[in-house]
Amino acid sequence: MSTVPENLRYTETHEWVENIGGGRYRVGITEHAQELLGDLVFVELPAVGGQIRVGNPCGVLESVKAAADLYAPISGTVEEVNEALGENPQWLNEDPHGRGWIMVINADAGAWDGLLDAAAYARIAGV
Amino acid sequence: MNPTPLIFAYDHHRDPVQASARAAEEGLEDIPQTLLRGDALHWPNPSELEVLRHYTRLSQRNFSIDTHFYPLGSCTMKYNPRIAHEGAMLAGFARLHPQTPAPAMQGLLRVLWELQEWLAAITGMAAVSLTPAAGAQGELAGVAMIRAYHQARGDHQRKRMLIPTAAHGTNPASARMAGFAVVEIPNGPDGDLDLAALDAALGPDTAGIMLTNPSTLGVFERQIVQIAERVHGAGGLLYYDGANLNAILGRVRPGDMGFDVMHLNLHKTLATPHGGGGPGAGAVAVRERLLPFLPQPRVARDEHGRYHWLDAGDLPASIGRLSAHAGNIGVLLRAHAYLRRLGREGVERVSRYAALNANYLLKRLQAVGFQAAFPERRASHEFILSVTDLQRENGIRALDVAKRLLDYGIHAPTVYFPQLVPECLLIEPTETESKATLDRFVEVMQKIRQEALETPQLLREAPHHLPVGRLDEALAARRLDVADRA
Repeated sequence: MSTVPENLRYTETHEWVENIGGGRYRVGITEHAQELLGDLVFVELPAVGGQIRVGNPCGVLESVKAAADLYAPISGTVEEVNEALGENPQWLNEDPHGRGWIMVINADAGAWDGLLDAAAYARIAGV
Repeated sequence: MNPTPLIFAYDHHRDPVQASARAAEEGLEDIPQTLLRGDALHWPNPSELEVLRHYTRLSQRNFSIDTHFYPLGSCTMKYNPRIAHEGAMLAGFARLHPQTPAPAMQGLLRVLWELQEWLAAITGMAAVSLTPAAGAQGELAGVAMIRAYHQARGDHQRKRMLIPTAAHGTNPASARMAGFAVVEIPNGPDGDLDLAALDAALGPDTAGIMLTNPSTLGVFERQIVQIAERVHGAGGLLYYDGANLNAILGRVRPGDMGFDVMHLNLHKTLATPHGGGGPGAGAVAVRERLLPFLPQPRVARDEHGRYHWLDAGDLPASIGRLSAHAGNIGVLLRAHAYLRRLGREGVERVSRYAALNANYLLKRLQAVGFQAAFPERRASHEFILSVTDLQRENGIRALDVAKRLLDYGIHAPTVYFPQLVPECLLIEPTETESKATLDRFVEVMQKIRQEALETPQLLREAPHHLPVGRLDEALAARRLDVADRA
């Protein structure tokens, strides 16, 4: 069974969002998502400083089974990306909520209000 | 079985050659010393007989349609009749230079012209260009024509291409390459497109929609007429991905469903062995209003029955050339021979048996306990099983079932595509397999199901009877290393 941490918010497309304060949000994919994808082998990250729009593809995750788009969970500016993932895509499998974080987005306060809470995500994802 | 050594292992009568010494010998002194290789070139040195045995041995390890049942979904791995190859290898075709003047290559031009005509008739379209060298290039040509059409009308705001979630991955890639933004439209639980989502996405910025029908979910899109009305109503065009044409060949025409432009994978739907990367031919067919934009060259026939090329001078609005000459002629010749042998009735039999074989397999596999992804739907020419029940029971995944099939001498079906269905196997038997082969497949699948429940370790460690066992695919992709450094 996948863990769905209570302190995070979620999207139907299996991204998690953590509010790290000051209008900054850390983003990754859920444990359930990495289970569906299988072993990740390649990650294409968005450009730092780029604008992303909620619901739009902003990166690519490739596993031994599939290539999947990463969707922006909220709109904003990409402030930081986890460059080390390029060399270590397996972190997305091993530690999706920790070392496998993908990017930090700078957004308006309250940007994550529309996202799913842990219980709602767990219900939708069936985990 | 021992792994076959690399060709580099045959280095007995080796005579190491220093590149610098060679350079002097061959008068290459003007190449700077620093750029010359200092050590001996590692080059295999087998005898002719060893080369012959080496490659024959490797070829015997092929899993191919010539040796094994190959139900690889969405790939239509059918038998390619040898007579089609015979025709294509006739010296008059095979030795013809592509720059031969048209009056001296009337035979080939006639074949190409006839193929254009037949494909237009089969698809219900106005005209055809044979030049795209593969399915994906056909797709790119198709969406480029959609773009050219809107631009020619001054309709510059149409920048969005709608694509169902179930589409082949090449569709969004082609749309992006042609400069469109991709908008995904979800499929409903019965596999059909979500019409409400379609309505919400349609607007003055809609360039068109790309659809495969039957879809990659192995079912026929029943609302195609409504979809066509709505997309046309919004000013967009409909693109038909011909990947699954084998399911409807000779019975349903994309033109009649409302499509404006499409490609055909001549290499898979008609008669060329493919897989492993080619060769391909992705002919494109269009309705009247897209005709000016077709890629060139095409072949025309004048009132005296003489054939000639139509190129840039004749087709000023064409999106241009896609290959140096006229595409993969060898594949086009095979397609022509195949259609010629089948005739109108034979072509219809192809899709009839493709659909019958798929539905027969689906019903029998359901009867032995496998769960269908869309149990209430009839299969097109392929269908999807999901093994989530085995996963819950014993942790057995689609990959394990696929690997175990290899042990029984059956090529694995497509796994983990479409991505919408968890732990799925996409199975396409094609029309060229006998009932006996299909029955054996069911028997093997039933045995594997039993193994999955009783001795799951057997599946987890499969294949057991092949030259290599379970490879570390993740490591191979993460640390790609294809150089021999023996």
